[in-house]
Amino acid sequence: MARKKLYFEDVKEGDELPSFTIENLTRTDFVKYAGSSGDFNPIHHDQTFAEVSGNPTVFAMGMMNAGVLSRLVSDYAGLENLRKYRVRFATRVWPGDSVTCRGKVTKKAVENGEKIIEGEIAALNQKGEVAIQGSFRAALPSRG
Amino acid sequence: MADKSDIGKVGKPVTIRIEAGKIREFAKSIKDQNPLYYNENVAKAEIGGVMPPPTFLMTLAHWDNGEGRPHVEMDLRRVLHGEQEFEYLKPIYAGDVLTAVTKVTDVFEKTGGRGGTMTFVVMDTEFTNQQGEKVAISRGVTIETGQVVAR
Repeated sequence: MARKKLYFEDVKEGDELPSFTIENLTRTDFVKYAGSSGDFNPIHHDQTFAEVSGNPTVFAMGMMNAGVLSRLVSDYAGLENLRKYRVRFATRVWPGDSVTCRGKVTKKAVENGEKIIEGEIAALNQKGEVAIQGSFRAALPSRG
Repeated sequence: MADKSDIGKVGKPVTIRIEAGKIREFAKSIKDQNPLYYNENVAKAEIGGVMPPPTFLMTLAHWDNGEGRPHVEMDLRRVLHGEQEFEYLKPIYAGDVLTAVTKVTDVFEKTGGRGGTMTFVVMDTEFTNQQGEKVAISRGVTIETGQVVAR
């Protein structure tokens, strides 16, 4: 099952990363991420605790959304080529929300002999509000 | 409240073994079907072994009993996770044993909107593998808001 490899020569500034949407995130999804990450902050799975903390219900861990968004970059540039991944948390993601991940290449350069691309990425909810804003940097192989 | 005197504080080193089963479970929970996380043979042929997803190192934050995190006085009712950044310096593979050391690298203030003055605490976690190579840096920004935030 060979993956489609991205080469430095194939990329130009402004290129869009293939976007995708995860539909209808559920409380069960949050609980799965709690288990896999060890993040058992009750605000993400306990309705009573969430309400006492002033929330209508539980909401997704920011790092879960950051994990969902990371696939945008690893699918595009290759997991092994990733050099930097950065996220800033904005709006929360609630049960029933959908998350659309998209991004574009903002820079292409050769630095210290490495063929580098950088880009901006974002995860948005179904209303178009930004849940996460981020950036990445990857070093790509060359056809040459 | 956190202040500049916290800069330089270091937590206890934490050792974590990178396990293929945990990587698989984590990949499933972020809805990533990439065969590199599930099929050892594919991963070996393509990238030299099973590597963790980009945000996997965050699991360290919940791995130990909290001693790895340097102690900084913060009001938990006013704390938000603002940013997270990962730098990947060398490949990490399932089977590696990493040692993580977390240090407070910056504390600064900003005047915000409804939250009043916000205090930013930046912590760097450096991961070293069993060969003594520095493989990754995870940088987290925690924000202590001026007032209790409506969550």
